[in-house]
Amino acid sequence: MLQRLASLPRSRQIIVWIGLALVLVALPFIDHNDSHFNLLADAGVYVLLALGLNIVVGFAGLLDLGYAAFFAIGSYSYAMLASPQFNIHVPFWVMLFLASGIAAVFGLLLGAPTLRLRGDYLAIVTLGFGEIVPQTFLNLNKYTGGPNGISSLDTPSFFGHPFGFASVPYYYVILALIGVGLFAAYNLRDSRLGRAWMAIREDELAAKHMGINTTTAKLAAFAFGASFSGMAGCIFASKLNLVSPDSFQFSVSVLVLAMLVLGGMGNIPGVIVGSLVLFTVNFIFLPQANNIAASINLHVDFTNYRFFVYGFILVAIMLFKPEGLIPSQQRRAELRAGHAKTEPG
Amino acid sequence: MPLLEMDNVTKMFGGLTAVHNVSFTVEQGAIVAMIGPNGAGKSTIFNLITGIYEPTKGTIEFADHHIEGLPTYQITASGIARTFQNIRLFAFMSALDNVMTGEHARMKAKLWDSLLHTPGQRKEEAQVQARARELLAFVGLEGDAEKYARNLPYGSQRRLEIGRALASEPRLLLLDEPAAGMNPREKEDLMDLIRRIRERGVTVFLIEHDMGLVMNISERVTVLDHGDKIAEGTPAEIRSNQRVIEAYLGKPA
Repeated sequence: MLQRLASLPRSRQIIVWIGLALVLVALPFIDHNDSHFNLLADAGVYVLLALGLNIVVGFAGLLDLGYAAFFAIGSYSYAMLASPQFNIHVPFWVMLFLASGIAAVFGLLLGAPTLRLRGDYLAIVTLGFGEIVPQTFLNLNKYTGGPNGISSLDTPSFFGHPFGFASVPYYYVILALIGVGLFAAYNLRDSRLGRAWMAIREDELAAKHMGINTTTAKLAAFAFGASFSGMAGCIFASKLNLVSPDSFQFSVSVLVLAMLVLGGMGNIPGVIVGSLVLFTVNFIFLPQANNIAASINLHVDFTNYRFFVYGFILVAIMLFKPEGLIPSQQRRAELRAGHAKTEPG
Repeated sequence: MPLLEMDNVTKMFGGLTAVHNVSFTVEQGAIVAMIGPNGAGKSTIFNLITGIYEPTKGTIEFADHHIEGLPTYQITASGIARTFQNIRLFAFMSALDNVMTGEHARMKAKLWDSLLHTPGQRKEEAQVQARARELLAFVGLEGDAEKYARNLPYGSQRRLEIGRALASEPRLLLLDEPAAGMNPREKEDLMDLIRRIRERGVTVFLIEHDMGLVMNISERVTVLDHGDKIAEGTPAEIRSNQRVIEAYLGKPA
């Protein structure tokens, strides 16, 4: 069914999206359990991250293993500019844009020196970047609170109504941001810039001969990808009310990348489904598995097997459905065609 | 008036001289060819013209502007398009998207237009798509618009690459061995296509091994051997040129 959804014409897809949005908006009026919306809001943060990484990796084909760095930058931006830390209190709504802008600037800073790199080499440099950023936040004790991070961040408010401890307001903000993210991702995909990205992904030399300035196109991909991540970081930090460097480890970058691979790289609905599936495994299924095991007197901590479960799921997907759960047509064709793609001579 | 003028161009890779003091001109509106044995430096000449390489020495002028050392995308924008010896289509993009990508240099949409799909952007997208379909029809692929480039038969891929190159509205089209691997029937079609391209006002400069095609279609032929220009003239002159015959067949014992 999901497969068919992905292949619907664009107008139909929009109808499906609107229907889905209405259901999600109505949900808090039906379900009054706040903890559900806590989970959904957290899942939404990952959806936003995955949509952003999809621009870099899925559209432009630039393998980024340090994506969590931009998430960290967005989170710390909020923590430093909306907390008693420096007694600066920029409003949350301004910070959403500011954090994504700051992350985008860092996206450009990462992008600029890596423009000549491709594939494995680019992956290694982005990996390094992903390690440097949380390490920097860890060591800049004076500004970032070091290993303790920054706490008691400002609580967002909506026209004078503070969000408080309820999760529903965050859920709505995330929902709106995902809406904006979807709008941006679809528009970019079907545009001059989106075609330029795909051309670079397919054959960079030929892309240059189309008159594409590959430098600016790649930088744009890094900046857009990072801006999604910065926004996600901002809401993540405000919702958690604190930031600490260990929230942005390499495993976060890998998790988001795994979401893309699992769902279907390059395909927007696929990416969303992939992120929801892995989020469920990671934050709902594994903790629940512990409870179930405990109830039958089996004392195993399944959360320790998290990576085993990921690994197992990913290996299974790669074996049985290498193009992901809901692949883009390109990717399906590519993987079904084997590796016959000819290298340029 | 020459459209393209190479003046004493030399390209060295370390100690290896790939192109040595080569000068020639391509006249506006002509169909010209460059021939030479494998490794003679023909593709290097194309790579020098399109900015993949920078000449070690010498100048390249296109429409009275120096283009040596310019980045490739600017050279494309200035009016030079090319195809590749080994086809380099965007394999997993549709034929239509390939040609639309070719129009990149002629599009005006800025980053914000792409992000927001402004009315101007929508209008331009529609025009670009209409033009791409026109070009697909021009190269005889109107029925294949939605197919992935890689799923097209070989001859169609060659034609799609030409269509994609034409999408940038070039004044000069460089074709790198366009007839390679084609059967006689496809070669006939190709010659017809090249003539129709010239009728559109595009100057055609081709590298080709197929002598039948070269002699049939081109007005002037330049011969390269080991990086040196050894002859230049009409097809008839080239056919009887002693140095050319030696380059291809070796010196008589």
